[in-house]
Amino acid sequence: MANKPTEGQRVDEPTGTEFVGHEWDGIEELDTPMPRWWVWTFYLTIVWAAVYVVLYPALPMLEKGTEGILGWSSRGDLAKDMSAADLAQQSFREQLAAIDVVKLQDNPQLMQQAVAGGAAAFKVNCVQCHGSGAAGSQGLGYPNLADDDWLWGGDLQAIEYTLIHGIRQQGDDQTRSSIMPPFAGVFSDEELNAITDHVMSFSKMANSNPLGAEIYANNCASCHGANGMGDRAQGAPNLSDAIWLYGNSRAQIQSQILAPRMGMMPKWEGRLDPVTIKMLAVYVHSLGGGEDVMEVAEDPAVNPDEQP
Amino acid sequence: MEAVLGRVGLWFLILLLAIGAIIGAQDSGFAAHATIIAIVAFVLIWVTAGRYDPMAKAQSLFKMPTGPETYDDDPVRWGVLATTFWGLAGLLAGLFIALQLAFPVLNFEPYLTFGRVRPLHTSAVIFAFGGNALIATSFYVVQRTCRTQLAFPSLARFVFWGYQLFIVLAASGYLLGITQSKEYAEPEWYVDLWLTIVWLAYLAVFVGTIVRRHEPHIYVANWFYLAFIVTIAMLHVVNNLAIPVSFLGAKSYSAFAGVQDALTQWWYGHNAVGFFLTAGFLAMMYYFVPKQAERPVYSYRLSIIHFWSLIFLYIWAGPHHLHYTALPDWAQTLGMVFSIMLWMPSWGGMINGLMTLNGAWDKVRTDPIIRMMVMALAFYGMSTFEGPMLSIKAVNGLSHYTDWTIGHVHSGALGWNGMITFAALYYLVPRLWKRERLYSLRMINWHFWLATLGIVFYAASMWVAGITQGLMWREYGVDGYLVNSFVDSVAALHPMYLMRAFGGLLYLSGALIMTYNIWMTLAGRIREEAPMTETPHSDAADRPITTVPAE
Repeated sequence: MANKPTEGQRVDEPTGTEFVGHEWDGIEELDTPMPRWWVWTFYLTIVWAAVYVVLYPALPMLEKGTEGILGWSSRGDLAKDMSAADLAQQSFREQLAAIDVVKLQDNPQLMQQAVAGGAAAFKVNCVQCHGSGAAGSQGLGYPNLADDDWLWGGDLQAIEYTLIHGIRQQGDDQTRSSIMPPFAGVFSDEELNAITDHVMSFSKMANSNPLGAEIYANNCASCHGANGMGDRAQGAPNLSDAIWLYGNSRAQIQSQILAPRMGMMPKWEGRLDPVTIKMLAVYVHSLGGGEDVMEVAEDPAVNPDEQP
Repeated sequence: MEAVLGRVGLWFLILLLAIGAIIGAQDSGFAAHATIIAIVAFVLIWVTAGRYDPMAKAQSLFKMPTGPETYDDDPVRWGVLATTFWGLAGLLAGLFIALQLAFPVLNFEPYLTFGRVRPLHTSAVIFAFGGNALIATSFYVVQRTCRTQLAFPSLARFVFWGYQLFIVLAASGYLLGITQSKEYAEPEWYVDLWLTIVWLAYLAVFVGTIVRRHEPHIYVANWFYLAFIVTIAMLHVVNNLAIPVSFLGAKSYSAFAGVQDALTQWWYGHNAVGFFLTAGFLAMMYYFVPKQAERPVYSYRLSIIHFWSLIFLYIWAGPHHLHYTALPDWAQTLGMVFSIMLWMPSWGGMINGLMTLNGAWDKVRTDPIIRMMVMALAFYGMSTFEGPMLSIKAVNGLSHYTDWTIGHVHSGALGWNGMITFAALYYLVPRLWKRERLYSLRMINWHFWLATLGIVFYAASMWVAGITQGLMWREYGVDGYLVNSFVDSVAALHPMYLMRAFGGLLYLSGALIMTYNIWMTLAGRIREEAPMTETPHSDAADRPITTVPAE
């Protein structure tokens, strides 16, 4: 490694290398040549860069950059991947587009693929509110999609409709919509406690009382039903079960009476293609609480059969 | 007397302006910053008037150099203390946000959410800890390698205190929610203007000192310091070009839009790494490694070639932060090939540092400061290999947006910047405060091992986390659909986040030991301890066996 010492220059004892001859605050420099492997690797990266620049889009010109002799572009690469993926799914998507969502159960293989596709779309678009297991959040107001309690209906058509038009979606006149009026300032404290007791009595959390029953009959029964069973036609929640979107404590129920919060779900028509929406409906329907479409379609008031 | 009156009047004017800004402020954050400036101005009035003494003038307060026969080291001493303080603050903020990622319940609205503490952490470690270390060591090194005092002593003091004001404004701004949303350039327009003034003063002091040097040549460390100061000035000004919504409000809008803004930002962001964290710290390395090893620099020729190639190539590499984005393909390609060519120029610094130990390798065993420097250079080499590798598009497709990037940055920041700074502080403290030696050398050894182990935990867990993320995000099932949701990958990373936080805790513990060590050294104490090496040696036994000649 050492250079041949030339006349007049001092040589560093441990390395046998000449000093350059400068000195700063006691620091000197050796005249060691650059390591050959370093120099050659550096040259190699430069040569590689030059070749790469010719092969791929690299140099800015007046109008646009050079395109490279391989003709590669990141958009072209993506388009190729996407069209390959589309092609692989084409026949399946065509079949799915053609079939009525209700008839899907007759074709188990297509059904299985639709559930898989719905599960993937759900992970991208729905988990933000409904959670990765579709369990939603009791308290924050995101419905659990895996149980058999449905605000607007749980058969395939109803779920698909909700997906297409959303809930309380502004600008869509077919959206599912209803309003729970705020009762702040309407009731005295005594009346509020009475109505709360009555509502809680539906699910055996409190005892009913005549005053509460009267207030309920006058103010609430038209939507929630005489026995608090709710009404899917208006999306009025069932008050007689153990499921509470905004919490089941006394304070939470009262706050929902006085200043109700009403959830909003965006419409997916226009954001997702019809086949993906169909797959999502099938997936959500398959989570455990899906209902049989025929019975509901005939008479929404009848308690529908569970799907076998 | 007139000078004092003039100074009091100046501070008073600033105080009035600041109060006016508080009254007219468009938002509470801007008002809070104006309050900080008003408090500083008030303290300066008070101190200037209170310390009025025609003979001592500012010497007592700002400790101006008394004569030409000693180096002007007071700003360096303050800088060493500020580096230590901000280092602890920055590492603590880092540990806190690492725990926030593992336990989201630790997000305290609104001031202590991850989104606000994260820039506090990055700015505290890069600009407060690293920046103070660079300013302090550059003032120390440039005086000694030029054999002269700092050119403008009062300006040097302004640089130090002005920089601290910048840090306080930046840090408080993050917690108050003031940000222009540019990574590593979060402070708003008025703080940027202030930093520009401070930075130009810094440039003036540094260049002025070089101009009045008593050495025929400029030492290599000063090339690197100068490249760092000049380039940071350029990057800072261009990337922060913005139009304020109101001159009495914090909000501003960038002069660039869309992908041009993104490219400007990463031209800045990557060269903040290149010129702040690489060139600046290489300057530290080029002085403190040969001094501590008491060996000549390995190769003068290598230092020339790797300096110029590093400076020339680094400035082009920024677009590799924008692979697979709206940035045109040609710009992405250039960013990538320049990053690859940057590999050897970066390694030139590592070679020159490590090979300087030729003839003194035994010091790795006996001198814990040298051990730290060697580890710093090893991590420098590792992360400057990892960087070009991650810039390759195919690799980047897997690594981008994952924790691999975070791990890469930290092996550079904790391993290279942190370790070389600690080594420089250990070198400086006994010399600056005229102590026989540090309070304890064994504590440096403890610091070394805690920091090294901390980095291993940090980098290893982030490699695993990043590759896990990358693979989970791109995983497709047989039906052609994504297998995992984003939150699935978050859940999978929880154990890695715990290991990362543990690594951070180890690193912070090491820094606490250093702080204690420096504190006790300043107090003039010396710990009684066994020396670092005590391998017994016997000259009598250290020879070949020879037969005793017959008599």
